[in-house]
Amino acid sequence: MTMLRHAAAIASKDLRSEFRTKESINSTLSFSVVILLLFAFAFDPSPDMIVEFGGGLLWIVFVFAGALIVNRAFARELPNDCIDVLVSSPASGASLFLGKATAAFVLLFGIECICLPVFGILYNVTWWRNLSGLLGILALGTWAMACVGVFISALTVNLRLREVMLPMLVYPVLIPAILPAMMLTNTLLTGQPIPSDFMVWLRLLIGFNVMFTTLSVYLAETVLVR
Amino acid sequence: MRRKIILALGAVALPLLLRNLYVIMFLVPDEMEQGPIYRIFYYHLPAFFTAALCYLTAMVTSILYLVKKDQKYDAIAVSATETGLAFAAVNLITGMIWGRISWGIWWAWDPRLTWALICWLVYFGYLMLRSAIDDPTERAKNSAVLSIFASASVAVTWKAIEWWRTQHPGPVLSIRTGGVQKIDPAMEQMLYVNTVALLLLGLIFVLVRLRQEEVQREIDALRRYAHAMN
Repeated sequence: MTMLRHAAAIASKDLRSEFRTKESINSTLSFSVVILLLFAFAFDPSPDMIVEFGGGLLWIVFVFAGALIVNRAFARELPNDCIDVLVSSPASGASLFLGKATAAFVLLFGIECICLPVFGILYNVTWWRNLSGLLGILALGTWAMACVGVFISALTVNLRLREVMLPMLVYPVLIPAILPAMMLTNTLLTGQPIPSDFMVWLRLLIGFNVMFTTLSVYLAETVLVR
Repeated sequence: MRRKIILALGAVALPLLLRNLYVIMFLVPDEMEQGPIYRIFYYHLPAFFTAALCYLTAMVTSILYLVKKDQKYDAIAVSATETGLAFAAVNLITGMIWGRISWGIWWAWDPRLTWALICWLVYFGYLMLRSAIDDPTERAKNSAVLSIFASASVAVTWKAIEWWRTQHPGPVLSIRTGGVQKIDPAMEQMLYVNTVALLLLGLIFVLVRLRQEEVQREIDALRRYAHAMN
């Protein structure tokens, strides 16, 4: 219970700090819209093409945006050695990790919810036909991204080349979660429910989240204590 | 002592590899449907087993490092990971050559192939992370944690064949098919013998790399000592 209270306090601190400065939100949002625009120029997609790769396109945008958000998770604590103060506070490593991952999740999910209508307008897609299913898959994929991204951001926070290292380490680990998220989003964008033969992808996505959340919570203390 | 062990292992592995090469090329019959190209399978699958065992060793020694904080385990983990990457590359390359002949394409986005490549990239990231951290204790700790993360990806690779129906050939070894004989027993036996040979070769590589790592650490320690004296 104490761990969750500490995690909530850290998440609210991160979110408050982000909403005051808006440094990640503004840059990530504009970056996402630019990528959506670039894809339209690169492929000139027809409605049939969008049905085929709309989910993939959306998740590529989200994954690129996600790297910007999770990179800031621990990097924002570097000035004034705030990270040392956080680590030496009564909050455990697990609650630190959970708080930061929750804040990253909220920010990313918010950005995704703004990107969806932009995607719908630019590519002429009626994306809301199975809204609850779509939001559910977005939430699962985003948690995978926030969880793995924030954990690896803790590993790379002190590196000179962390902006390069973080995506290089996060993306391969994240593929088993992004692949099912893309497949399922593709289906849900057509307005259909998830077919029975796609349930394996849903199980993989949920299993990935359970496995990596457990691992991250368990190992967070080891990574953060210096 | 270790030098003698490496030489002894080499004395067993080298004749075994040469003998296996002769048997695979000249004595084992062609496969009915695939023809002679199937012979690549005798290196493709054992290379995967060796890589998987190296990754497993890296995971176990990484956990041991986090528990005991002994640099010896970190040295074993990096040696096993590098060796595993080399064998995983052999696995991927032989698979691509087989795919080119059998499917007409170098690469198919088949889940098992894709996952094997993902694992390779994950462990390559492990080596990149190591090279980016200067402090030996920090490097050992962070890379041990990443190695445990990476092993989760390897677990998915291993199980992927059961989760998806793919164009990749299904399991053929009787230990994986519940005793059902899908290939000629002579072929299966040869596969096991060559697996032993490649495992021995992998062990030699790990031991040689471990010696290099230990020497490098001694040099680094002496360099730090010399800097401290100045």
